[in-house]
Amino acid sequence: MSQADLVVRSAALATDPQTPVDLFVAKGRVVALVASGTRPVPEGAKVVEASGLILLPGLSDVHVHLREPGQEWKETIATGLSAAAKGGFVNVMCMANTDPVNDQACVTETMLDKAAKSHPKGPRLFPVGALTVGLDGKALAPMEELKAAGCKAFSNDGRPVADSELFRRALEYASDLGIPVIDHCEDPYLAPHAGVNEGVVSARLGLRGAPTAGEAIQVARDCLLSKYLGVPIHLAHVSCAQSVDIIRAAKAQGAPVTAETAPHYLILTEEACEGYDTAAKVNPPLRTRTDQQALLAALEDGTIDVLATDHAPHAAHEKETPFDEAPNGISGLETALSVTWELVARGELSAKSLISAWCTRPAEIFGLPQNRFQEGDPADFILFDPAARWTVTPQSLLSKGKNTPLLGRELTGQVRAAYVAGKNALQA
Amino acid sequence: MTWPHKDLLDVTQLSRADATEILRAAKSFQEINSRPVKKVPILKGKSVILFFAEPSTRTKTSFDVAGKRLSADTFSLAKSGSSLTKGESLKDTVLTLQAMKPDAIVMRHNMSGAAKFIAERLECAVINAGDGWHAHPTQALLDAFTLTERWGGVEGKTVLILGDIAHSRVARSNVHLLRLLGASVRLCAPKTLLPHAVSSWGVPVSSDLDEAVRGVDAVMCLRLQLERQQAGLLPDVREYSRRFCMTLPRLAKAAKGAVVLHPGPINRGWEIASDLADASESLILDQVASGVDVRMALLHLYLTRKERKE
Ligand SMILES: [Zn+2]
Repeated sequence: MSQADLVVRSAALATDPQTPVDLFVAKGRVVALVASGTRPVPEGAKVVEASGLILLPGLSDVHVHLREPGQEWKETIATGLSAAAKGGFVNVMCMANTDPVNDQACVTETMLDKAAKSHPKGPRLFPVGALTVGLDGKALAPMEELKAAGCKAFSNDGRPVADSELFRRALEYASDLGIPVIDHCEDPYLAPHAGVNEGVVSARLGLRGAPTAGEAIQVARDCLLSKYLGVPIHLAHVSCAQSVDIIRAAKAQGAPVTAETAPHYLILTEEACEGYDTAAKVNPPLRTRTDQQALLAALEDGTIDVLATDHAPHAAHEKETPFDEAPNGISGLETALSVTWELVARGELSAKSLISAWCTRPAEIFGLPQNRFQEGDPADFILFDPAARWTVTPQSLLSKGKNTPLLGRELTGQVRAAYVAGKNALQA
Repeated sequence: MTWPHKDLLDVTQLSRADATEILRAAKSFQEINSRPVKKVPILKGKSVILFFAEPSTRTKTSFDVAGKRLSADTFSLAKSGSSLTKGESLKDTVLTLQAMKPDAIVMRHNMSGAAKFIAERLECAVINAGDGWHAHPTQALLDAFTLTERWGGVEGKTVLILGDIAHSRVARSNVHLLRLLGASVRLCAPKTLLPHAVSSWGVPVSSDLDEAVRGVDAVMCLRLQLERQQAGLLPDVREYSRRFCMTLPRLAKAAKGAVVLHPGPINRGWEIASDLADASESLILDQVASGVDVRMALLHLYLTRKERKE
């Protein structure tokens, strides 16, 4: 065991905030996590005083849109990764709906190159390759080539595959390569990209809404295929109670499905769209309080495995239109941990589930580096100040996407340091 | 009375007193419209832009006539032939309009919420002449005025709204305004033309017209768009008419002296039988006349609001 070169002192663990701990790190790896003061600090080690701060494993976001190549006015890999680090993320998986689409190795390589140049200390970028060429849903993408270039998963996110036969073949082919498929569940006929739930609000505002059944039908299809083929499918941004019920039943029957939801579905409802607020226009749309409670319960019992932001940055002028014309998406990397931590503080979510959903499960499902604070684990951790209060303003966000319905809201808790392999990615 | 609103976006902004004031003002302008010389100088020097991003001869003409009778200068801007068809954003169009310093903009737009969007960015009054499926406040007000003229008021009356409720701004505004003024409202349509969450509106809903029409004092027919059949919401017009066309025999099941309304333009034989459209029970042409009275009242209230405050 090498001599520790970095010691974090007197931090608190989220699951046991009363007992302070010291973390010992050497050459970017964890040496030990011990009760505070029980082990001497080696000569010459850098000491980080962390009393009052919470020590968490680094977060993984398995679902972000970084817009590069092709839509750099919305976000670049450089600005997106800066926002990710500020949000406490050490691993980031970026979706393939760029322009050109990430359906060949050269696009993947460009993404990785940009990430390495702009963020040598991390966060790490893991591109998601397209499932079908051009995301057109017609022909399988060259998945082996994409895997070799560094893709960690395949997805048609944004343009769900309606053709169940093609989707089945894509699942089979991807499973040969040992790479999971992420599906954006939306029956394109039943649940058009409406951006608002079909319900009380859409009926009042005179907007076409997306029914929960449009999501749940495709969730059911995916669960059936996953069970039948025995291959894993990860269900993206689950938004409603109906989907949760189907996933719970499928898991009970042994289908290897996993699922994620996003923080905005846990803290906002369809009412956020009142007044035609395009900042709250997201796909799938914000649902009802009943759906919210089902999602929270599902996170608690493990039916939903993962939290992911579905960070979808857009330029201000693109959202400054009537509701129907605005693009779907919320910029979410920098508010994600604060708002989910608030759920923990209010007792609506346990700290254990929070860590499982942001850190442990995403790493397990997608084979990402993971820190469980065991000797030899990568020293990926964050220091989170649970008492810090900050107001979400355009200036407070490093992402180019200022499109969040939380603008103007005061949040509790902020990331003070985000270490990737022993180096703080928040420091230049 | 000091008029408290800068814009008229939706009837939900109005109190019962506001709505009553508009109807009272409409009554006073009705007299002008029966004079040999139908023009008064009260809005001389005011400019009103009629911005119709979606075509509507009827509503636009009604506003144009109303404005001119009050001596306002009216200017038309249609979507075709304007920069809007060249991909200009609504925000940029609004800024362009603002720079021309109008006193009011009357806007029709195919997107719900468009009127609110421009009102938030313009200093002048914005009058919503229909936005998407959301609201058509001036139509609801003229309907209420027409019924008030016939009955002396709508309090205690029952109105059936019939047809494509889901895609109707007329229905949304009328449900609210008629109830605000003390009437009861019922809805009748095939389920495919009702909003999924229609129960949240708190009014009785039926898909059986013969049942729904029983005892009502008025039937408000809505226009059927042929696209609804193409979108798979209806079998065909013939089938629709069998179930939902308002006819004289059906009206016989309503209360004695019941009337029919239709916002126009009508499809004879689809939503309303031709003989009924021309019968004495039909208020369709009264609605057109009321439209001018009500829009004069509105232009007057919204365009002289500032002077009144000072
Ligand atoms: Zn998606």
